[in-house]
Amino acid sequence: MDEDAPVDYIARTTEQYASLGYEPYAWARRPETPPWTPLERPLAESTVVLIASGGAYREGQVAFHWKDDTGIRRIPTDQPACDVRVTHFAYDLEPARADPNIVFPVDRLNELVDEGVLGGLAPEALACMGGIYSVRRAEEVLAPAMVEAVTSARASGTDIDMALLVPV
Amino acid sequence: MCHQTVGLVARALEAAGVPTLCLTAAHSITASVNPPRAAFVDLPLGYTVGRPGERDFQYDLLRRAFSAAESMTEPGTIADLGVRWSDDQAWKAGATSGLANGVRSAEGDSRSQRVAEPQYQFESDRAAAEANTG
Repeated sequence: MDEDAPVDYIARTTEQYASLGYEPYAWARRPETPPWTPLERPLAESTVVLIASGGAYREGQVAFHWKDDTGIRRIPTDQPACDVRVTHFAYDLEPARADPNIVFPVDRLNELVDEGVLGGLAPEALACMGGIYSVRRAEEVLAPAMVEAVTSARASGTDIDMALLVPV
Repeated sequence: MCHQTVGLVARALEAAGVPTLCLTAAHSITASVNPPRAAFVDLPLGYTVGRPGERDFQYDLLRRAFSAAESMTEPGTIADLGVRWSDDQAWKAGATSGLANGVRSAEGDSRSQRVAEPQYQFESDRAAAEANTG
């Protein structure tokens, strides 16, 4: 194994499923050129919305369930990461619970704004639980809901120049 | 799945006129789903922005990611940010999924039970949420 090469999770998942006698998982393949919207202004003048799929929620919100939950939780970004909870079935939660910034980097993004690297941070982050086995549900339920959340925020006057997406 | 889901969301956002940047610690999955802009970090799953408490590492990773995004002109670019876990790459040998991520290995089946009930971090969160929803 080339130690400097990235881990090939698709190959390893295929091997693991085969060893368990499962059919291979059909990973989404989108070889066609992806859609593209140019950045309109330098990042130092741009407002970023955080979209994180590590299962973040806040006290008072219903937590994600672990069976293809396609819901979205809105989390105020003027609150520190230490107030954020995380729940997800497919990664080790202990480190993220010790410091949610590693999957929901709200403190670091606020610092990047304070330092002038970014122009601003949208007042609400959009959190989901990305461990969705069904490509169809991710593409036909979650993705349009996320688009609606961002475009409606824009329509109501929130500047959003770019989305930073943080998977786990 | 998380990387796949995020890639699909990024494609949808970009099609709707929202520029996106995906962080990724799973290069093969991101390459397959092919989002518009991605920034690769060579870190175990579960640590997309670094280790807990390592503020400077996390900050530098994000700063590099945004800088890379600003110079991307080709749809489907995956920039390697040059972010490594450590000089010792031994974690990669045992990394098969998010739970068996090469840092701490899960026992038995590496997947948690996929239950359809909310999974709270604290029991007090359940009471708080139920009070809100009546």
